Amino acid sequence: MTAEPTRSTRLASTEPTIVDDEDTDIALDSDLPWVVLVWNDPINLTSYVVFVFQKLFGFSIEKATKLMLDVHERGRAVVSNGTREKAELDVFRLHEYGLWATMQQDR
Amino acid sequence: MNPFRRRFSRNSDGDYAVRIAEEERDLLEYLVPQLRDLLMATSPVGEIDPAARRLFPTAYNEDQKKDVIYQELMRDQLLAARLDALDVLEATTRVDRVTDDQLDSWMNCINQMRLVLGTRLDVSEEDEPTDMDPEDPNTAAMATYHYLGHLLGEILDARIR
Repeated sequence: MTAEPTRSTRLASTEPTIVDDEDTDIALDSDLPWVVLVWNDPINLTSYVVFVFQKLFGFSIEKATKLMLDVHERGRAVVSNGTREKAELDVFRLHEYGLWATMQQDR
Repeated sequence: MNPFRRRFSRNSDGDYAVRIAEEERDLLEYLVPQLRDLLMATSPVGEIDPAARRLFPTAYNEDQKKDVIYQELMRDQLLAARLDALDVLEATTRVDRVTDDQLDSWMNCINQMRLVLGTRLDVSEEDEPTDMDPEDPNTAAMATYHYLGHLLGEILDARIR
């Protein structure tokens, strides 16, 4: 990982899409935990994404780097989970730092 | 300015020295009010200026109804946080040292600017500064985008050191 942006890999584009599913609430068990996903994007620097993961979640550089690579290579990665309230807070903080985060119930 | 010294470095007291050129400070000072105008034009509900959509992303991507409620509750708070960070950058654009928190706001704002520019320019991960065409009307914006990425990289480098 390099902090030199012209040489570092940038995150490729995989836009999250809104799926309108009328039955979502009925089909899902309300006790299921929520997961927070971070999606790949072509703008955020990989080194910045690692920094944000460390800053917001207290992850080690190794764990933050592994998560960033998961996002980069697989298009998205789960970065946190828990109650709906906790997930909303985590999504908000990730948005504050400009990362592309969404939340959904774990299935 | 000494070209052989790092432009951002941590002092022994935890603050950071900032050694960027006046022209770079001019550019930041020029960009801050433009970003603020774009943010202020963002409605608390409903549609968002396409250039600002990366600054106010969807939270519930599988549930549009929940997302509408989320946006009604949270978009104003996100806007306030973005404006706060801009205020900090604006107040410290000309200084030679910043605190850890102030540098955090610098990074936050520089990244916001990159998100807006990158969205407008529809950048891909393959776009490199060497690809720029001087005849392209977007060249100035693309150069700014690449410059801001370089600046952010330098700050990140100082922080992990």
